[in-house]
Amino acid sequence: MNERHVDILIIGAGPAGLAAAISARECGIESLLVIEREKNAGGILRQCIHNGFGLHRFKEELTGPEYAQRDIDKAAELGIEIECSTTVLSVSPDHIVTCVSASKGLQIIRAKAIVLAMGCRERPRGALCTPGTRCSGIYSAGTAQRFVNLEGFMPGKRVVILGSGDIGLIMARRMTLQGAKVLACVEIMPYSSGLNRNIVQCLHDYDIPLYLSHTVTDIKGRERLEGVTVAEVDDKRNPIPGTEIEFDCDTLLLSCGLIPENELSLGAGVEISPATSGAVVNETFETSVPGIFACGNVLHVHDLVDHVSNESFKAGAAAAAYVRNKQHTAPMITVKDGNGVRGTVPQQIRSDTDQPVDLMFRPSAVFRNSAAVVECGGKELVRKKSMILTPGEMALVTLKPEMLENLPGDSITVRIE
Amino acid sequence: MEQTITCINCPVGCRMTVSLSESGEFLSVTGNTCPRGAKYAQQECTLPERMITAVIPVSGCETPLSVKTASPVPKKLIHDIMKELSSVQVSAPVSIGQVILPDVLHTGVDIIATRSLA
Repeated sequence: MNERHVDILIIGAGPAGLAAAISARECGIESLLVIEREKNAGGILRQCIHNGFGLHRFKEELTGPEYAQRDIDKAAELGIEIECSTTVLSVSPDHIVTCVSASKGLQIIRAKAIVLAMGCRERPRGALCTPGTRCSGIYSAGTAQRFVNLEGFMPGKRVVILGSGDIGLIMARRMTLQGAKVLACVEIMPYSSGLNRNIVQCLHDYDIPLYLSHTVTDIKGRERLEGVTVAEVDDKRNPIPGTEIEFDCDTLLLSCGLIPENELSLGAGVEISPATSGAVVNETFETSVPGIFACGNVLHVHDLVDHVSNESFKAGAAAAAYVRNKQHTAPMITVKDGNGVRGTVPQQIRSDTDQPVDLMFRPSAVFRNSAAVVECGGKELVRKKSMILTPGEMALVTLKPEMLENLPGDSITVRIE
Repeated sequence: MEQTITCINCPVGCRMTVSLSESGEFLSVTGNTCPRGAKYAQQECTLPERMITAVIPVSGCETPLSVKTASPVPKKLIHDIMKELSSVQVSAPVSIGQVILPDVLHTGVDIIATRSLA
């Protein structure tokens, strides 16, 4: 069996893993390895052929493959080793990584630090409890995106989309442009979690109706999907009898949320937050297991890849500092979700941090003319006003190190008022 | 003549009402909360533009080639441009940024590759 030692091992060569690797190498780490399950680096960006990526980071609008290529080129320029077509089977709490590939068989890799960058998965049909038959023609929106954009075939001709997340909206346009008829986009909530821009440019542009407060209540078809029933829901999300609409379709795409992919993290003993479904981390993105870091969509689901890259640069630099034994023993400040706030990351901050800390969270509802407030024992640390905060867009408040001096307690709360 | 549109500049998504003259000239806009909205409304009601991205098959290659318009093109040309693209023949190798179809439908805009294929 192959065995090797590295200073930093990064799991996943999507935008998070690539940024973490680039940053760690730029911090002087020579012994660095990135493991990727797919044949190529780039992650989900490879199939996101639409544009709109990189506005914050590069000040231009790139397509997904173009954004990924910039990081892949940078990694190549820095001589970063990326082992593709290799699947990690397990990560142990003491940093032993077991992986397998067709070319090398089973490998054991011991790492001083590990960066988890495995991304997320789409919520599958089984998790939605939609009744009906188990026919073919039902795909997650991302699977359909892969079929169309990477493998070059169309999954169907007459399409209904359940869920109005951005991937669903993007696929409504893609399927239309590639020749399919998209009959409807159906959203159980009274609002879409997708960007306005996508609702306008992916639905309105092609006259695709968006049914808010509606859901799919039946799926019909023996071998292949033959149709779905859509009904309006009440404020408890229960279907209202008599409101049913029948759609004659051969394809149903599901765009019903993303879940961080933490199987490996759990095996390593990493504590998972119920609010984010990702690891509990401190402001350096270190998990509850010393020397194991997490960043990108495996930590919490992002809306913008620019934010993923930014977070992962920090995680890579922190992993490099860990390898150099720059460990801190300062007490931790706990970060709590207050009114209107869900899933704040990081959940802990070391009290002696000398860097600004971005607190990232999702508003639990739509708030207009509101403010995000961070406080500690009644003392207001920072206040950020906003015209609108919505669950569809991650909010961010930056804490400066001096704000954390002489706190009247050992926890801070983020809330919306 | 009036037209209602949703602003796409930020999550507020203002519903704006645009007044146009008989000949389709922009007269005024209401419902916007910022100047970016007014600018978008004017553009969107007079000459709406979109970036187009697509995939085209490559002979002898399993993976299709992803392409885009090098800059936004008039929205009304989207379907015609997709039709043009469906008849384009490409063979590998292709490098990222390479012009696949110059001056598509005389718009002055090139269709370029957004990935490399070996």
